[in-house]
Amino acid sequence: MTTMATPKQSAPMLQAQDYNPKSESVTAKRVKSLVFHMVALGLTAVVLYPALWMVASAFKPNAEIGGANTSLWSNNFSFDNFVTAMDGIGGVSTLQFFTNSLVLAVGAVVGTILSASVSAYAFARIKFPGRSVLFGMMIATLLLPFHVVIIPQYIVFQQLGLVDTYVPLLIGKFLAADAFFVFLMVQFMRNLPAELDEAARIDGAGHVRIFCSIMLPLMKPALISTSIFSFIWSWNDFLGPLLYLNTPEKYPLPLALRLFVDQTQSSDYGAMIAMSVLALLPVLVFFLVFQRYIVEGVSTQGLKG
Amino acid sequence: MTQSPTLSRRSTSPSAPAPRKSKRSGADARAGYTFLLPWLLGFIALTVGPMISSLYLSFTNYNLFDPPKWIGLDNYTTMFQDERFLQSVGVTVGYVVFGTPLKLAAALAVAMLLNSARKGQGFYRSAFYAPSLIGASVSIAIVWKAMFGDSGPVDQGLSFFGINLGGWVGNPSMTMSMFILLTVWQFGAPMVIFLAGLKQIPADLYEAASMDGAGPVRRSVNITWPMLSPVIFFNLLMETIHAFQIFASAYIISNGEGGPAGSTLFYTLYLYLRGFSDFRMGYASAMAWLLVIVVGIITLIFFKTSKSWVHYSGDSK
Repeated sequence: MTTMATPKQSAPMLQAQDYNPKSESVTAKRVKSLVFHMVALGLTAVVLYPALWMVASAFKPNAEIGGANTSLWSNNFSFDNFVTAMDGIGGVSTLQFFTNSLVLAVGAVVGTILSASVSAYAFARIKFPGRSVLFGMMIATLLLPFHVVIIPQYIVFQQLGLVDTYVPLLIGKFLAADAFFVFLMVQFMRNLPAELDEAARIDGAGHVRIFCSIMLPLMKPALISTSIFSFIWSWNDFLGPLLYLNTPEKYPLPLALRLFVDQTQSSDYGAMIAMSVLALLPVLVFFLVFQRYIVEGVSTQGLKG
Repeated sequence: MTQSPTLSRRSTSPSAPAPRKSKRSGADARAGYTFLLPWLLGFIALTVGPMISSLYLSFTNYNLFDPPKWIGLDNYTTMFQDERFLQSVGVTVGYVVFGTPLKLAAALAVAMLLNSARKGQGFYRSAFYAPSLIGASVSIAIVWKAMFGDSGPVDQGLSFFGINLGGWVGNPSMTMSMFILLTVWQFGAPMVIFLAGLKQIPADLYEAASMDGAGPVRRSVNITWPMLSPVIFFNLLMETIHAFQIFASAYIISNGEGGPAGSTLFYTLYLYLRGFSDFRMGYASAMAWLLVIVVGIITLIFFKTSKSWVHYSGDSK
């Protein structure tokens, strides 16, 4: 930010490379940029260290993790931990846990997309009495600690005989219970020009037509962000499965990991960490593929509120 | 964050013929509620209904098997003699009060750093954001526990610099710092929001201020802070509310017990243990309602005080 002072100081050193009339400020900028990248790269190393340590440890023999090992390198790299991790726990293979996680996550994405987009259309594009009150309530649920509903919900699902099924974990997704996504889509739809549906209405199109053939195609970015986030949240969810699932055959990965921790009591560190890596793998792949979308989604949802 | 009452930009023009309008608004009302049906059903069956029943349960003794027994305010009064409860409040408040401001300070500092550069910004932004995506997962809780364990890499790394703290996981006076580091590590999400906010500040404001001789400090105080205050407010509110609800990491790191010596007995963990391992559902409901009330009060205080420090620029949208 001290661009006013630097040109004078750095001017003499610059005469050698005066291919640019503005070269003094170019070098000042280079120094600044070098310092910036050094600081930023250092920070990146610190921030990414836990993730790198996790991946590195998964390839190390147990003796090297449990003991004092800060390094990310090992001379005994092996896939043994992954082989053990894939065996699973409690007589259930890790592949089964993967499938369970996938079923839950895909169910969550489908349910959320269907229910949130329809509800958001009502909030954003249809005028009806009570809309602003209901919208306010929807916003309020964004701030509501959901622990206040888990006990009665559990009691009801228990009486319906639905504990240890996926119904309690998925029904909320099909009923737009994640208000965050409704909100995100409402914000997105409000920014679409109103003339679009005005024109369609004059042509005699009803709300169903307008929603299906005008809104949905235009909402693609919002639908993609919603899919990504609802997938990842479902994939990482721990409390829901912990409350409702009892048989290991139905466990998603986070619960399987807990079982692994409980049963091996840290005796097989390597396999435990390898399984943690496997559990995060889809999230990491998602992130690498969609990082622009994810980060962009976060930066816009926060501000458009 | 601030839901504006202007829900739609379409305003019914006064010149529209009255009968057609009312016919259309009747059809719109029907369509509106039809489209809203999934959310409305969920709102009633999964939020409002359960909230009312947990309010009722909070005045009862209920173990899931015998019918609930009305005991009035007993759950709420015994809470404050329950040492474990008081401990869970202490742990959670400590975590919120220290963890959240530190996380936001880190987020703001890094956002300002990144905002000053052009090249590589996208890369760093993504790299710093990554922990936010995985930080609350069971996998990371396991890794954290391993990293901060006795003679784990963190301990080892510190002793290299001559700092010998012993393990963190088994040491009641160090566990809180470990959890605070875990939340600060996830500074990326608020950072991304800050960065977007910083980009919205018009550059000519800074240029004009520089022209008038304002240094970097004055520019931050007089331009960055007020222009960014709505974003700071949003992040502060959301992060505070989320911090109260930390669960998975606490459960995994303490083996679902809140140890050692109750130092990781977070509020939601204790609520879970009371409800689903002691089956004291009435008591747990009272705890849940207390949390709702506290979060509600905090939100209210935030909004009330925001008038004095949150600056909304001219356009009243």
